Amino acid sequence: MTKTILTIDDSRTMRDMLMMALVDAGYRVIQAVDGVDGLETLAAEGADVIITDINMPRMDGFGVIEGVRADPAHRATPVLVLTTESDATKKQRARDAGATGWIVKPFDPAKLVDAVRRVAA
Amino acid sequence: MSDAVDPFEAIKVVFFQECDELLGDLETGLLAIEQGQADNETVNAVFRAVHSVKGGAGAFGLDALVRFAHVFETLLDEIRSERKPCDDVTVKTLLRASDVLADHIAAARGQGAPVDEIRSAGLVAELEALTHGEPAPALAAFVEPDPAFAPVAITMDIEADAFGFKPVAFNLADLDAPAPAADAWRIVFHPHGRMYANANETGILLRELSRLGELSVTLDVSALPDLDALDAEESYLSWTIDLTTDAGEAAIRDVFDFVETDCDLAIRPASAAAPIAEFAPVETPAEPEFDIAALLAKAQADIAAAPDPAVIVEPIAPLAPVAAKSEQPPIPTPEPATPPTASAPVATAAPAPAHAPAQPAAVTIRVDLDRVDRLINVVGELVIQQAMLAQRVIESGLARSSGISVGLEDLELLTREIQDSVMAIRAQPVKSVFQRMPRLVREVGEMTGKRVRLVTAGEDTEVDKTVVERLAEPITHMLRNAIDHGLESPEERVAAGKPAEGTVRLVALHRSGRIVIEISDDGKGINRERVKGIAVSRGLIAEDAVLTDDEIDNLIFLPGFSTAETITDVSGRGVGMDVVRRSIQALGGRISISSTPGKGSTFTLSLPLTLAVLDGMVVTGAEQTLVAPLTAIVESLTPQPQDIHYVGGHDPVIRFRDQFVPLIDVALGMGFRDAPVAPEIGVAVVVETEAGTRAALLFDAIQGQRQVVIKSLETNYQPVDGVAAATILGDGRVALILDVDAIVSSSRRRSVRHETARTELKIAS
Repeated sequence: MTKTILTIDDSRTMRDMLMMALVDAGYRVIQAVDGVDGLETLAAEGADVIITDINMPRMDGFGVIEGVRADPAHRATPVLVLTTESDATKKQRARDAGATGWIVKPFDPAKLVDAVRRVAA
Repeated sequence: MSDAVDPFEAIKVVFFQECDELLGDLETGLLAIEQGQADNETVNAVFRAVHSVKGGAGAFGLDALVRFAHVFETLLDEIRSERKPCDDVTVKTLLRASDVLADHIAAARGQGAPVDEIRSAGLVAELEALTHGEPAPALAAFVEPDPAFAPVAITMDIEADAFGFKPVAFNLADLDAPAPAADAWRIVFHPHGRMYANANETGILLRELSRLGELSVTLDVSALPDLDALDAEESYLSWTIDLTTDAGEAAIRDVFDFVETDCDLAIRPASAAAPIAEFAPVETPAEPEFDIAALLAKAQADIAAAPDPAVIVEPIAPLAPVAAKSEQPPIPTPEPATPPTASAPVATAAPAPAHAPAQPAAVTIRVDLDRVDRLINVVGELVIQQAMLAQRVIESGLARSSGISVGLEDLELLTREIQDSVMAIRAQPVKSVFQRMPRLVREVGEMTGKRVRLVTAGEDTEVDKTVVERLAEPITHMLRNAIDHGLESPEERVAAGKPAEGTVRLVALHRSGRIVIEISDDGKGINRERVKGIAVSRGLIAEDAVLTDDEIDNLIFLPGFSTAETITDVSGRGVGMDVVRRSIQALGGRISISSTPGKGSTFTLSLPLTLAVLDGMVVTGAEQTLVAPLTAIVESLTPQPQDIHYVGGHDPVIRFRDQFVPLIDVALGMGFRDAPVAPEIGVAVVVETEAGTRAALLFDAIQGQRQVVIKSLETNYQPVDGVAAATILGDGRVALILDVDAIVSSSRRRSVRHETARTELKIAS
């Protein structure tokens, strides 16, 4: 059973990179371009793991996490945030909002897959 | 696997495309901020643009770009979070920083000149000064001319900041551990309720630990309260895990990385741990299972609203047998290559093909330009075929109301629609060109010491891709001119009762099937006295020539004309307005000028929307059908015997608006007939060349005006003097599209005395 990863990022480059790394690792990848799109895509298609950027138009990554946790259907869906490690406060904020883990940018494909595996049931 | 392109390289291409867009967003946003039209979202968008550039650059290891973007981003973050005001000085600095960011991107892309290190370093210092309120200590390193040293200082500083190599601490621990031999570790783990709320699960953590080595797990349920007191959102269970691994402490801590603040965790070498008395915790195995069932029942009954299965059910189920058989390695170490999950039976599932869902933002596809061009070509053929069909039907004498005629009219409408749609595929907003201009304006403003505000409008106006690409240079040149020659210095402006800051407007709009670009300034206007003086001194016009204001203004388009007294960096690049005019005319366009002294000047470009079709006048000469581009045509007239004169007895000229212009028999010049005919029996089409010289082309008759599909003669045959291209007419015949300039200039070469004659006659008239 292939796991589905929902990636939410407003940067096409980042979406492409995530797609490449995750597809190579055997995941199915669905994409969304911002937080609002992400929650809509999640509602429509579901996902086993969500990877979200923080800085996005319309709804940022914190909004995504809060939205996911507020939805009884997805409150236990792991959410990884893409972040730069210097953002210690942001990491804490993400954790407070309910993030399951984080991926440090720029990410190394192996580490990305590692992080996904570490939260995927 | 037909795709031989390295996917990483392909993404890099996308990255640079994205950078272009982001730079555009950045510029737009900053200008909005500068003009006080910004809201919070604008500032956020500006921040995101730089942030995204940095993110992508990091992924591709473009260190110089990352470093610059980071400093830029840091200041923007301060502004975004309202810790720093965004005053005028700051905005100007940000704008210049966006220019340098563009330089860094171009350099990373392998395009453009290498980044001006001094300028870049200067801006880094300015950005840091604005961020911290004082010059950064690294300033000295930045201005250090030796490029080998400066980056070092930056690297250390910023990279540590950007990516925070916090794992250093782990590495030290790693070094401390006697790495080679497998070690025994004792891990005591008590998750908090928060850990489950964030969708982390003990079961998964144990699975990950099991990948490191041999594992034995003991569940401690002693903290479990009575059912009545149980809070389903709380966490009462603890685990004691004995792990034998050669992976080291850092790897173990990595497993708990996401949950370290949401649990009580102790990791000790087993030797340091207390003697393992509770090695086989006999009191628990049977009991918990009972308890679990009861818990589950109660949870489902009492907390029907939202039972959290993660808390109660999941961790226990896989663990019960583990605890029971704690002396054996309970979970087999999965082979490292197993990708996403440790559950062996399903781990071999084949990778699913990438699934790209529809995106709600503008849905676009990228298509090879060749394919579009091929389509355009075929549609061109279709247009021709349709015209041929229509002509045949007419020739066959069918009644206009017949079914075939009506069907043909519908076909014609459809054909036109297809043609428009296909052309629209190549259409692009002029935004990509307009976006580059604010930077140019800033730079020219700085160089000339003039204060300029650029106002743009109509960026979304669409035009053929090729036309867009070729617009950049003329617009660049005209904007430079507008600032360098058009605008006065701030002092002069104030003295003239104008605001110190000059305004340059760049506007695009569609007008009757063409795109019109206007470049206007509110400067001093064209100094006609001076222009005329220069033209006389260069021998371009006679000293006593009487010219209208318009004619004087148009002198600046003459080759070799330049009003710049001293060649400056800005506009004296050996490129005059004649070059601009030629490049516009090469696109089938026209350029005109209007100027009011003291008020400013406006240059207007009028261009076709596409280069694939051309508005032409279909004419005949010696039974040959020819097409004259409409853009070159001024007027057509029937020659009257009294208006025709012969210079030196053989070169005919014709009176046109009180001037005499040479009359050129095109059919004769091209060898379609051997002897001249009497001009009175034909029609004269007055044309204007790129250089502004006029001539009358003599044809037998005018058939009409029509859009023709351009077919390159060079591609299909070879270049022919006097012929720009060819087209296929409705009757299937090939018609040559005339190169008006070449015809006029070759006729001039034949008539050596022409120039003198023209001047004499003009004065005489």
